[in-house]
Amino acid sequence: MLENLRNLIRYRGLIQTLVSRELKARYRGSVLGFFWSFINPLLLLLVYTFVFTVVLPSFRDDPTTQPYALFMFCGLLPWFWFSSSLLEASSSLVVHGNLIKKVLFPAEILPIVAVVANMCHFFLALPILALFLIFYARPVQIVELVWFPVVLLVQLILSLGLGFMLSALTVHFRDLRDILNNLLTLWFFSTPIIYPMSMIPPVGKFFMDFNPFAHLAISYQEILFYEGPFGHWKWLLAVGVFSVVVFLLGYALFDRLRDSFAEEV
Amino acid sequence: MRPAVELESVTKRYRRYAGRRKFATLKSALLRGSLVSDLSPDETLTAVDGVTFKVPEGSAFGIIGRNGSGKSTLLKLIAGISKPTQGNVRVRGRISALIELGAGFHPEISGRENVFINGVMLGLTNREITERFDDIVAFAELEEFIDAPVKNYSSGMYMRLGFAVAVHVDPDILIVDEVLAVGDEGFSLKCLDKFAEFKRRGKTVLLVTHGLDTVQKFCDEAVWLDEGALRSQGDPRRVIHTYLQDVARGEEKLLTEDDRRKFGATASAEATGDSADPVLEAELTREEPPEDMFRASEGRWGSGDAVINEVTIEGDGGPAHLYHTGDRMAVRLSVQAPEPLNDFVFGISIFNAEGVCCYGTNTDIEELIPDVLTGSGQVVFEIESLDLVEGTYKLDVAVHTREGRPYDYHRLLHTFRVKSRTKDAGIYRPRHRWTFTPNIRFRPRVGE
Repeated sequence: MLENLRNLIRYRGLIQTLVSRELKARYRGSVLGFFWSFINPLLLLLVYTFVFTVVLPSFRDDPTTQPYALFMFCGLLPWFWFSSSLLEASSSLVVHGNLIKKVLFPAEILPIVAVVANMCHFFLALPILALFLIFYARPVQIVELVWFPVVLLVQLILSLGLGFMLSALTVHFRDLRDILNNLLTLWFFSTPIIYPMSMIPPVGKFFMDFNPFAHLAISYQEILFYEGPFGHWKWLLAVGVFSVVVFLLGYALFDRLRDSFAEEV
Repeated sequence: MRPAVELESVTKRYRRYAGRRKFATLKSALLRGSLVSDLSPDETLTAVDGVTFKVPEGSAFGIIGRNGSGKSTLLKLIAGISKPTQGNVRVRGRISALIELGAGFHPEISGRENVFINGVMLGLTNREITERFDDIVAFAELEEFIDAPVKNYSSGMYMRLGFAVAVHVDPDILIVDEVLAVGDEGFSLKCLDKFAEFKRRGKTVLLVTHGLDTVQKFCDEAVWLDEGALRSQGDPRRVIHTYLQDVARGEEKLLTEDDRRKFGATASAEATGDSADPVLEAELTREEPPEDMFRASEGRWGSGDAVINEVTIEGDGGPAHLYHTGDRMAVRLSVQAPEPLNDFVFGISIFNAEGVCCYGTNTDIEELIPDVLTGSGQVVFEIESLDLVEGTYKLDVAVHTREGRPYDYHRLLHTFRVKSRTKDAGIYRPRHRWTFTPNIRFRPRVGE
């Protein structure tokens, strides 16, 4: 297994090529092309902002989370990355079955490509955040910029680990895709993204501590809100360790089931 | 010579789920706590069964066999796409597998980008692809279309591009699965040239194909795989010969079974002393012939005043369905008339697979004047030399009145097959001979 993991580094050229293929193919034939990576989340954010500031304005009053739209973006953008990574990763082996069946191809590349391609979409959506920062005249400090990739890395490792697990299991249990879809909706609403952590009652907080993405979301939010970027570092460290464990377990499971892919896909 | 590929009692079993297991879901697996056991095989299908052979380095090696005999599975095992259940596969050198051409092409992006991506997938670096790019495109004959999205390619273009990339990976071992079937004549020849070039450069080529001529001409060694097991190995000419003999036996069996299905009893059943009444399954139900006789598909009709109980097609060695051009063949009809008849004509026609009548005659045309037909008897129609080209033929046999009112008409119910070494065209091979004046000469055939 460790040797296979080491091979992953050798495949980086392949991952790079496939990610750029994904990105290119996605918007090929559309007029706006890559702009969709930017426009899509922007429109979605506007809808969310409208709903949660005009239609359901109950969350917006917390003074620590002003301006509210900016607060929500901090959690939403990483969440989009996270959820679409998992969805795409889980079906990646099935969708690209002909590669696994007909070509000698390292299967683990496929969930990785799903996660990394969505990370690129995430990056392409970041300028929206920059626009809002300018709009609200919120200056950004160097520390905050430095902390951001750390949080990002933890999320990347967690997504990859879950992606390995889901993709391998989906080959055998196709219903996982539908289950996952609903599970992600539930997960979204039980994570402090559209509402601040402070609104959660003590009981809820206890459960929230077991939600790794809650700590990621809070860590992202802290970069711009609350008392500062490092307020949540202990929890982030815990999630980081957890993510590494998930990654190793996920890869181990993937490796264990690898030989069955060519037959089951 | 060192072997490039070495297989040591390799066995591959696929699991086959019983109906219930097939629809196993994660939930049910978790509820039963059988997640792990569900992922282990229960009912199995052995696709490759204890195969051992070596492919010497620099040789061209053919694998032949019927559909479903495990050839492709074997290639996948050699290519490393799937792992053997038992045994060892050892491979020396870089492999490129042409199992499915253009696997991994993305339809939305251009041929150019796909060449790069496919090349990387097959293990080339970007620089290597850039160096070989022009060769690849020239080989695929796609200079004009290389910047068009692959989804607009015809299937031939798609295959050509896939093939071009795969052979330009410059593998030590090239695995080819039935790809010569794609592309036109010219492209097939080009592929063969490419394979020959590989061989010259000391590379190994593994070829799975139904094109036996290709194997015979091109391969140094061949194996014949039957139901997953190795049946024969060695000189391609000999392996192909034994294979073809087996195929012929199989065909004979199939046609006999076909007859048995249609006619309840057969010659072989009779030969073994099976005394069961030869009941024709195609019953004499209709009295009148169908409206459009010549369009009618297989069937049987007639008044039943005389009945053809049984039809056997016989060669020199007794009942058979398989003949070679020029063989002797006889059609034997067992006829029975409940009441004596004095107006009767026996007829017979041979049709090829396209429904073209190759030959037809009857006793009336041949000016035999009927006198009397009583009880049961036999009619034998003998062909001294079956001068037909290769193909499957069907027979019409009938007994009817001189005006054409049928007593019993069998339409296309009896089948035989003709094999020929010469792949000549048409429906009939007249006895013929070529002669040349001495200034026109031919070379003697190599190897004969």
